[in-house]
Amino acid sequence: MTVLDHRHHTSVPGWLPGATAPRTDPAPLLPDASPVRVLGTPALEKYDPAVLRELYRRLVVGRRYNQQATVLTKQGRLAVYPASTGQEACQVAAAMALGAGDWLFPSYRDTLAVVSRGVDPLEALTLLRGNAHTGYDPRAVRTAPLCTPLATQAPHAVGLAHAARLAGDPVVALALLGDGGTSEGDFHEALNFAAVLQAPVVFLVQNNGYAISVPLTRQSAAPSLAHKAVGYGMPGRLVDGNDAPAVHAVLTEAVERARAGGGPTLVEALTYRLEAHTNADDATRYREDEEVTAWREHDPVLLMERHLRAAGLLDDELVRQAAEEAEALAARMRAEFHTDAELDPMSLFAHVYAEPTPQLREQAAQLAAELAAERAAEAGVRQ
Amino acid sequence: MSAVAPARAGSTMAQALNAALRDAMREDRSVHVLGEDVGPLGGVFRITDGLTAEFGPDRCLDTPLAEAGILGTAVGMAMYGLRPVVEMQFDAFAYPAMEQLVSHVAKMRNRTVGRLPLPITVRIPYGGGIGGVEHHSDSSEAYYTHTPGLHVVAPATVADAYGLLRASIASDDPVIFLEPKRLYWGRAEFDPVAPVEPIGRAVLRRTGTSAVLITYGPSLPVCLEAAEAAAAEGWDLAVLDLRSLVPFDDETVCRVVRSLGRAVVVHEASGFGGTGAEIAARVTERCFHHLAAPVLRVTGLDIPYPPPMLEHHHLPGVDRILDAVARLQWEDRG
Repeated sequence: MTVLDHRHHTSVPGWLPGATAPRTDPAPLLPDASPVRVLGTPALEKYDPAVLRELYRRLVVGRRYNQQATVLTKQGRLAVYPASTGQEACQVAAAMALGAGDWLFPSYRDTLAVVSRGVDPLEALTLLRGNAHTGYDPRAVRTAPLCTPLATQAPHAVGLAHAARLAGDPVVALALLGDGGTSEGDFHEALNFAAVLQAPVVFLVQNNGYAISVPLTRQSAAPSLAHKAVGYGMPGRLVDGNDAPAVHAVLTEAVERARAGGGPTLVEALTYRLEAHTNADDATRYREDEEVTAWREHDPVLLMERHLRAAGLLDDELVRQAAEEAEALAARMRAEFHTDAELDPMSLFAHVYAEPTPQLREQAAQLAAELAAERAAEAGVRQ
Repeated sequence: MSAVAPARAGSTMAQALNAALRDAMREDRSVHVLGEDVGPLGGVFRITDGLTAEFGPDRCLDTPLAEAGILGTAVGMAMYGLRPVVEMQFDAFAYPAMEQLVSHVAKMRNRTVGRLPLPITVRIPYGGGIGGVEHHSDSSEAYYTHTPGLHVVAPATVADAYGLLRASIASDDPVIFLEPKRLYWGRAEFDPVAPVEPIGRAVLRRTGTSAVLITYGPSLPVCLEAAEAAAAEGWDLAVLDLRSLVPFDDETVCRVVRSLGRAVVVHEASGFGGTGAEIAARVTERCFHHLAAPVLRVTGLDIPYPPPMLEHHHLPGVDRILDAVARLQWEDRG
């Protein structure tokens, strides 16, 4: 009898124990048919008003941050900026769902989430300005560097969460991804490891419709990206990504579940990138104006303002405060990016290894000599 | 290599590596081993034998079969303060983890301006000569040495296997630790507390007066055998064991080459774009006026690793090394 022949005898009791029965009941893992919403539903009335006001404030400041950073690219003050305009609800809710001891693993589009976490807005832009790869101390702010390769930060989140749990620390890791990232192998491996290890980690996929120019229909044939969770044995949750309190609610539940030992969750937030992929991209080549216009009606900042006002939770004073804070931040960004930063070329060798290799010492000496010669030549010109 | 080795005194390299892992885990609770089959099986080469029994399944973790996931998870563990030792089951199976290695493991210290060093050791059973089928015998060191931020270490002796693995695990930088498979079962006496030269220092394994064979890892015993055979032909060959490719010991290599004037670099990886090309260029740049002949390379062929019944044509053997030595422009030999 060959190995294949055995497969036709699955009815034999006791054959391959456990292999034919589901190890996990898939029903509770499946996402709801429609995305979770809070705005415009009775749930809004029950939501903590302080959280709603804080979400609103961060949305307004975040929108302004996205606008100002995009302007700075046009002035050549940022090398590139992948705006999260239209996705601000995901960004601020991600930061607000985490506790101070938790870790955030952002992708390159998640600068606003990093800022919302409390990282200095200018330090968060160091990578995109071109000064250094990371501006902040990841350990101090419990935020990994902005990750440019797709989905490769997801296994890092799993490993960190796993290590924290082994240490007995109540730490949760949140990995932020885009819809394109879900096609990468590292996404699959991270979810599989997380579920097998029951690591306290949450994956938030911001499905903004396009991976640069490729639409979701060419990215995945799954019923939803949240459905992918079931295959790994973790819950999948679908949420309106432009509904800030909804994202906050779903993420908070997932984070607390992870912290309580319940294992990982995959959350898909349905949102839209109102701007192009980056300032270097021409979005008119791959999407219609009608589509963008429709999503502008579902803008996360407008939705929040409209529904909070209708519920009597937003007053003119808060609107004024948030607008003032946003303008102050934009002014600070303009002021501090007005001049070129002073960078030390010798720092190129400083952080390759704990101790530079003999080869790096040689190259450092060569660069130092080149710099000295340049300075001498400049001094000569001035004389 | 005989399948059944006669019982002899001393330890095998496999046992020395196992002892290094065990001692490191006993001394430092932050040392965690992870990989496919490293648990109750003890790894396909038994290098992790007994670790799960002694330290539990969390510290010697059997993972899902996914190299990028294994290494990526190790990155996160290291970010939280652990010292992961990753086993890649075979050299060619490490390639799925290449992006994690190149884009994150090698660069995290640099990307974070020194704030997130990653003390990860990646153990890779490496090289051919054991009759493995394809994808089980690659020599991948050039991929790693071309990646700034990684140390690349290749022991060739039982004592170095222990000492260099301990040093690699203790290093605050990521180390690619290449274990020459065909030397796993060679035995030698070794004292785990005896000091070995640190990572980055080459060691002269045989002194000589005619020329030097520069090598590392699985080619060291071949070079020592070639040096013995060369004596019959009137050449007194020195054999230099690099032990570490990154950092590279220019100082020792150049001292030996300048004193002898003739050098042959020997490794079993393909030659084109290989480590030997780098070494020959470095030696030539630094020792040109001391050289009596061009620096020659004896390497594997520039072919995909061949099927086992043909691998002996690929791997540099004693004859190919002696042929190169004969080409070192010996004026007095005509």
